[in-house]
Amino acid sequence: MSNEIEAIKDPGLPAHVHRKADTDPVAEKRAERQVAILFLISALGTLLFIFAYYFIADDVFVFLPVMGNTNAHQLLLGLGLAIALFFIGAAAIHWAKTLMPDEEVIAMRHTMRSDDEDRENFVATVKERSAAAGLGRRSLIKRSMGLSLGLIGLSPLVLLRDLGPLPKDDLTKTSWMAGTRLVTDPGDRPIRPEDLEIGAVAQVLPKLRPDQKRTLNDIGKDAVLLIRIRPEEFQLSAERLSWTYDGIIAFSKICSHMGCAVALYEQTTKHLLCPCHQSTFDVPRAAKVIFGPAARPLPQLAITVDAEGYLIAQKPFNEPVGPSFWERSS
Amino acid sequence: MRKLSKLRRSALASPLLLVIALFAIGTTFSVASATNKSELTTDQRSAQIAEGKQIFLKGCSSCHGLNLEGGAIAPSLIGVGAASVDFQVGTGRMPMADMSTQAVRKKPVYNDEQTAALAAYVASTAPGPAIPTESMLNYERDGNTAEGGTLFRTNCAMCHNFAGQGGALTQGKYAPSLMGVEPKYIYEALITGPQAMPVFSDKTLTPAEKLSVIKWIKGAENEPQLGGAALGRVGPVTEGLLVWTLGLGLLIGVAVWLATKAR
Repeated sequence: MSNEIEAIKDPGLPAHVHRKADTDPVAEKRAERQVAILFLISALGTLLFIFAYYFIADDVFVFLPVMGNTNAHQLLLGLGLAIALFFIGAAAIHWAKTLMPDEEVIAMRHTMRSDDEDRENFVATVKERSAAAGLGRRSLIKRSMGLSLGLIGLSPLVLLRDLGPLPKDDLTKTSWMAGTRLVTDPGDRPIRPEDLEIGAVAQVLPKLRPDQKRTLNDIGKDAVLLIRIRPEEFQLSAERLSWTYDGIIAFSKICSHMGCAVALYEQTTKHLLCPCHQSTFDVPRAAKVIFGPAARPLPQLAITVDAEGYLIAQKPFNEPVGPSFWERSS
Repeated sequence: MRKLSKLRRSALASPLLLVIALFAIGTTFSVASATNKSELTTDQRSAQIAEGKQIFLKGCSSCHGLNLEGGAIAPSLIGVGAASVDFQVGTGRMPMADMSTQAVRKKPVYNDEQTAALAAYVASTAPGPAIPTESMLNYERDGNTAEGGTLFRTNCAMCHNFAGQGGALTQGKYAPSLMGVEPKYIYEALITGPQAMPVFSDKTLTPAEKLSVIKWIKGAENEPQLGGAALGRVGPVTEGLLVWTLGLGLLIGVAVWLATKAR
């Protein structure tokens, strides 16, 4: 036995197999016809598109088996354009595959380095031209150009200012204050405890002073869900129980995970569900997280009634509402 | 034919037509209002309640208790009101066929008369929400589609989907689609809170606002599909599925065709 490794012979390229259209004139004619037909289908698609645009009113509906009642104008516009574009591509591919030359050709890579003569010529040209432009002599132009180019480089940095300003206490403060009335959203009507039956929910917002205007940002932080259950079903600490009123409990509607509106309330299980990531909060246990990615219970708003019998907030939220952020203490 | 045309041009034609029209409107109105007037006498009421009790004892009491007190598998029906019975029995949800997740809408077991009797019996035991009358449900007149849309997005969309197509809840429960649901049953569901659905009180969602919500839902039912197939109107899930299967499938097919050598 010899230790020599037997060299594997380079098998070379496989023999070129000619296509039918290369050798058979009949097949060639057929391929040509096929390409032409594909182009013609595309042309018909464009005609369909133009026809649909001008001659089919946009309030015509047709019934299609899977799609149901469909707008004929839009359907034919889309279909026409799709046919037109797709069959141009199909024809081009079929043409290339059947009729264009298909011999394998080897193209060798050229060397990346230019030859010495070209390189010297290039350097000489640059030197000569820069001398002619007076780059060395005209220092006023050179310096003012440097200034303008340098300043324009600064402009993207200025735009970074748009990343601010810092939110200050916007993340921790809402419009809820001690004594703020709870009003319906939408409608802005104050609510009495007896307006809610057991098992009822209500979407509420803080009542604004006449000089205040409600923005979407405010609603995004202030939205609260009122839920009424039987008072004996609460499993709350004495403090949290004092935050409820007659079985009515109020939670921030903004999920502590990613800030979606948590408002899927199941009356049977008394679970609050977030539609985005299925975090589930147990209402009788102060919105304790029992499933899903939320890390904290929903903030509870302390409520009571005022002298006129309307529901009010006892005090602002005791923690920031909504998702976590860096500076959050809890 | 000639005679008719002559008659049409006669001077008497328009007064005569006016009289006929007035007469037709008058009789239609009296017939229509007569059918609406279904106030029962005290005796008929008692008979209806007695009939309802019989139906209840036969069909409902095995779960809900002989005195509507409820049990381990069914809630008490004291104080649920006629509206709740009308919703649950009228939509076929009760009697329940399968107790695993939730009662589903099916062909009603009891006819309208029996349902009314059951509702009357349950309502007679304790006060509760009444069945809304025809005049309370004129959403075309009293509703406002734009307001209904705002209310729907705030109060209903999280469970029933932004287009009222329904959606999933926990453990196999789901919020049903609202398409094709009769206005009366939507209204009853809002005031009674069937199954997992909470109650929407008349003070926080006024009767007029409830009609606006119903008008919006009815508008959504007839919304034309301008953008092609609606794919169930459930948003990115079905749209994404279609793109990932049909769209990508087509692209893969074209790529395979591109790479095969022609013979």
